[in-house]
Amino acid sequence: MKSLSKVYTFLVFLFLYAPIFVLLLFSFNTSSSTSVFTGFSLQWYKNILEDKATLRALYNTLILAVSSSAVSTVLGTAAAVGIDKYKKGIARSSVMAVTNIPMMNPEIVTGVSMMLLFVFIGRLVNAESVLGFGTLLIAHVTFNLPYVILSVLPKLRQTDANLAEAAQDLGCRPASAFFKVVLPSIMPGIITGMIMAFTLSLDDFIISYFSSGPGFQTLPIAIFSMTKKRVKPDMYALSAIIFVSILILLILYNFAQQKSENKPVRHRDR
Amino acid sequence: MNNRSSFRTKLVSSPYIVWSVLFIIAPLIFVVYYSFTNSSGSFTLENIEALSKYIPTFLRSIWFGIVATIICLVIAFPLAYIISQKTDKIQRTMVMLVMLPMWMSFLIRTYSWMALLQDTGIINSLLAKIGIGPIHMINTSGSVILGMVYNFLPYMIMPIYSVMAKLDRSMVEAAQDLGGNRVAVIRRCIIPMSMPGVVSGITMVFVPSVSTFYISQKLGGGSFDLIGDVIERQFQQSYNYNLGASLSLVLMVLILVCMAVMNRFTGDEEGMVI
Repeated sequence: MKSLSKVYTFLVFLFLYAPIFVLLLFSFNTSSSTSVFTGFSLQWYKNILEDKATLRALYNTLILAVSSSAVSTVLGTAAAVGIDKYKKGIARSSVMAVTNIPMMNPEIVTGVSMMLLFVFIGRLVNAESVLGFGTLLIAHVTFNLPYVILSVLPKLRQTDANLAEAAQDLGCRPASAFFKVVLPSIMPGIITGMIMAFTLSLDDFIISYFSSGPGFQTLPIAIFSMTKKRVKPDMYALSAIIFVSILILLILYNFAQQKSENKPVRHRDR
Repeated sequence: MNNRSSFRTKLVSSPYIVWSVLFIIAPLIFVVYYSFTNSSGSFTLENIEALSKYIPTFLRSIWFGIVATIICLVIAFPLAYIISQKTDKIQRTMVMLVMLPMWMSFLIRTYSWMALLQDTGIINSLLAKIGIGPIHMINTSGSVILGMVYNFLPYMIMPIYSVMAKLDRSMVEAAQDLGGNRVAVIRRCIIPMSMPGVVSGITMVFVPSVSTFYISQKLGGGSFDLIGDVIERQFQQSYNYNLGASLSLVLMVLILVCMAVMNRFTGDEEGMVI
C-alpha cells in the first residue's frame, strides 16, 4: 500500500511536470525544433534578453499587475469594511451576489462582456479604439476585487468590534481608530488578497485578450500571438526564466515561514 | 457604535458599489442587449434562432467538460488523501509542487504538450525505442480532454486537500475502533466528510473546461470546436458581436443552471451525512 501510493504520487507529478521538463530541456536546444534535441546552447536565452518587444510585454505585464493589485486592494478593503457593517438582508446578500459574479462566470463571458462595454464607450466618445492600458486596468481590477473582498471579510469578522469602540472611548477619532486598531488586525487578509490579485493579474490571458488593444500588449497576449505561428525556443527560455525565479521565491518564502513558525509565538507586543 | 458612524462606515463601500454597477452589472446588461439586437441596433430574435446551429458544439463542450471533470476527480481524490496523510512539512512542499505549474503561462504549457503528443513527438520517439509503433495522439478528442485535465487538475486537488487536511482525525480513529477496515473507513467516513471540497473542486474544473478556447485549438487541431472557440471567433475574427453575445448569454445561463443543480444536490448530500 505504501509503495503503491508512492508510485501513484510519482505518476501524478510526472504528468504535472512533463511539459515543464520538455520546455526546460528545449530552451537549451541548438536548433529551433521543439521536438528533436540536437545539442546544448544558450542562444535562445541570449535571443530573448535582446528581444525588445517581449521585454516590453513583460514590463507591461508587471506594471499592470502592480497597479491593478494596488487599486483592487484599496477598493476591496474599503468595500469589505463597509459590507461588514451591513445587516443581514437584501442589501448584504445582493452585494455579495454581485461580488461573486466575476468568480462564478466563465472567464470568456467576463471578457466578452467587458469588451462590449468598452466598444460601446468607444462609440460614445467617437474614439477609434479605447482598448489599451486603461481598459486592461479596469478589467483586471474588476476580476481581482472579489478575491480581495473575500479574503478581508473573514478577518473583519474575527476582529472584536469592541476594540474599535474602546479606541474611540479612549479618545481616538473613528478614522484613526480604524487605522490604529482594525487595520493591523485585518492586515494578513489584506496581504493575502493583494498577493492573489497580483498573481491573477500576472497570469491572466482570457480576459486581457478581450479587453486589450494592439497598443498595449501583456506577456500572455504576446505569447498567444506567437503560438499562433510556430513557437521558437526563445519563448521556452523566457518561461524557464520565469519558472526558476518563481521557484526561488517560493523556496525563500517557505524558509521564511518555517523560521517564523520555529520561533516561539509572541503576539502583538511590539 | 452609534447609527451615524455605522452609516459612515457603510459609506466606505460606496466606491466599490459604483464600480461593480459600472463594470460587473453594466457589461452583463450589454451582453443581453447585444443578444437581442442586430448590428444596426433594432430588436431581433435572429441571434437566438441562429443558436440552434450550435447545439452540437454546446453538447460537445458539456460532454468534454464532464469527462475532464470526472477524470480530474478520479486522479485528484487519492492524491489529496495521500498528501493529507503526510507530516506538515512534506504536506507544504507537496502543495507547493501542485501549485507551481500554474504559475507558468498555460498557453506555453499547452503548447509544450503539442511537442509531447505529436506523431513525431517525444512520447512517440520514446515508444519507438521500445518497439511500439507511433500512436496517433494529437488532434483527437482524447488530447483535448488531456489538455483540460492537465490545466485544471490543481483546481481539483487543492480544495479536496484543504478539506481533508482539516478532517477530524478522531472521527477516523473512532471509525477504526468501531471495527471499520481501511476500505470502510474511506468509504463511510473520509469520502462523505470531504464532500464540500469535492463539490468546489468540481465547479472549479467544470466551468473553465466548458468555456475554454485555447486548448481545443492547439491540441484538437481545429476539428473539435468548443463553444469557447465559437465565441472567440465571433469577437476576434468575424466581428459578429450580436451572435457572440447570444452565445455567451446561453453559456452563462447554462453554467448557472449547472451550479444551481450542483448546490441543490450537495444540500441533500450534507443532510444525508448529518
